Amino acid sequence: MLELQNLTKYFGGVRAVDGVDLSVARGEILGLIGPNGSGKSTIVNLICGLFPLTAGRVLFGGADISELPPHARVALGIARTFQNIRLFGQLSVWQNLWVAQNSGEQRQQNFLPRWLNGSKGAREEIGRMLDFFDLGHKGDELAGNLAFGEQRRLELARALAAKPALLLLDEPAAGMNAEEIDQLDGRIRKIRQDGVTVILIEHHVELVMSVADRIAVLNFGQKIAEDTPSAVQANALVREAYLGTAAVA
Amino acid sequence: MYSDLAVFLQRLAGAIKRFGPMDFYLGLIQIIGVHTLLGLSAYCVLLTGQVSLAQAGFFAIGAYVAGMLTVLAHWPLVPALMVSAVVAGAMACAVGFPALRVKGLMLVVATAAFGEAVRLFFFNFTYQVSRGNIQLGPHGGEGFRQIRYFPETGWTTLDVALFIWTVVALVMGALWWMDRSRAGAVLRAVGEDEIAAQSTGINITAVKVSAMTIGGVIAGLGGGIFAHYTTHIEHVQFGIVLATFAIAYPILGGLSSVIGTLLAVIFIQGLLIEGLRFMGDWRNLLFGGLIVLAMNVRPRGLLDAGTFLMLKRLFFRNREHTGA
Repeated sequence: MLELQNLTKYFGGVRAVDGVDLSVARGEILGLIGPNGSGKSTIVNLICGLFPLTAGRVLFGGADISELPPHARVALGIARTFQNIRLFGQLSVWQNLWVAQNSGEQRQQNFLPRWLNGSKGAREEIGRMLDFFDLGHKGDELAGNLAFGEQRRLELARALAAKPALLLLDEPAAGMNAEEIDQLDGRIRKIRQDGVTVILIEHHVELVMSVADRIAVLNFGQKIAEDTPSAVQANALVREAYLGTAAVA
Repeated sequence: MYSDLAVFLQRLAGAIKRFGPMDFYLGLIQIIGVHTLLGLSAYCVLLTGQVSLAQAGFFAIGAYVAGMLTVLAHWPLVPALMVSAVVAGAMACAVGFPALRVKGLMLVVATAAFGEAVRLFFFNFTYQVSRGNIQLGPHGGEGFRQIRYFPETGWTTLDVALFIWTVVALVMGALWWMDRSRAGAVLRAVGEDEIAAQSTGINITAVKVSAMTIGGVIAGLGGGIFAHYTTHIEHVQFGIVLATFAIAYPILGGLSSVIGTLLAVIFIQGLLIEGLRFMGDWRNLLFGGLIVLAMNVRPRGLLDAGTFLMLKRLFFRNREHTGA
């Protein structure tokens, strides 16, 4: 469903992403791991279209989307969360989901209803979404006033409000405690059951190993491994990237 | 009972008159109305996080277009105002596309430059027509005199004040409604975080240009009314000072609702400018100091989203108590 071909991004002399080829099949959960600065978040930003590519192509459902602006990619079905939470803090929790209802299907509504209050179905969807993320009682609260864990859940809910086919999660468990990570694990599985393909960037190894079907490992902007979780754990190159050469020897 | 009320109103009017003639207050009410429109035009743009100093330019375009339509083309007022709003809005849309490619300070500079360009255009713009032995129409640096639609058609100062406030009420009502719609939430989302807004599927360029266009329409409407109640417009009135006032209102009033802008206009025009007239030019200093103070004490303006939530809770809690 998503195919990255020779994906390359240089920031000045820094090769943030250097010729990565990667493909994700429909319905799978792909884990993307790597040490800090290995280019994971940059890949997410490139898939979403926040920066222009230095070289390479992004194909989504077979079509080249490399030149599309970010909002058009959301309409095609690519949604994301951010490593550093980026909610609309002065909007209510409910409104955060309301403005994010921009899927291709929702775009087909007439201009006026889409901008005035959205369809009834879409508004009911928000209620269901808030319940799923345990935020049902917080609908009128300003997003900026939520506790940290609630903000993480709201961001995930906001990404799903666009009814994506592909969901990019950029370190969704950062700052969460064990119980919250457990709940997140369950929610990611449920999201996949509903037919959403997921790319999960994460530092919490247990979470990635638990939910991912396949794991790609990055180091210095290059892909050094791509395999099943257990095979990746055994991979010498991966150990070297994380622990250094001496530790392996 | 009604006669009591009439007596009370007469006494109140008498008491007010002791401080100044009635026309002075009506004039002030007119100024507040027109400046509210100007402030609301900046409010729309500011919702998307853009600081625009071009609003005085759109206001000037509205003023000249409406004045020329009623004076030179003998149009009635309302269609002339509509056309002036549309022309200013079209101009805002055209300016919005290139201007909104830049952000922050660069946008401030770009829009200020546009405002100055408009002012200098009218400084040089002469289009006069002979009527009997007088010349009518804009006359460059001397300005556009004799926009006498109101006196010629027999409007009293009170009529004009009522007309202005009808327009203000309509615009405020429309913006209030828009604010509570999904469109309002989208504008605010863009204002809060452009990257997050893009990533939730919002076309931020389209949203920003739309906000600029709506702002242009409102500024044009305000300018058209301004031209008619002052009867004499010239380029100096539409300079950077007016542009600064335009953005000061919504910034001071807060972006949670149109009411904030109205309160800020009443506060600045009613209390500071008129109330502190005895201080002479020193009041400008106080005005600047007040903006600095407000930015420090209430960085999100006098009324922010939190204030409204608090009021709402207070209200609902009280209702629960009375219900129980």
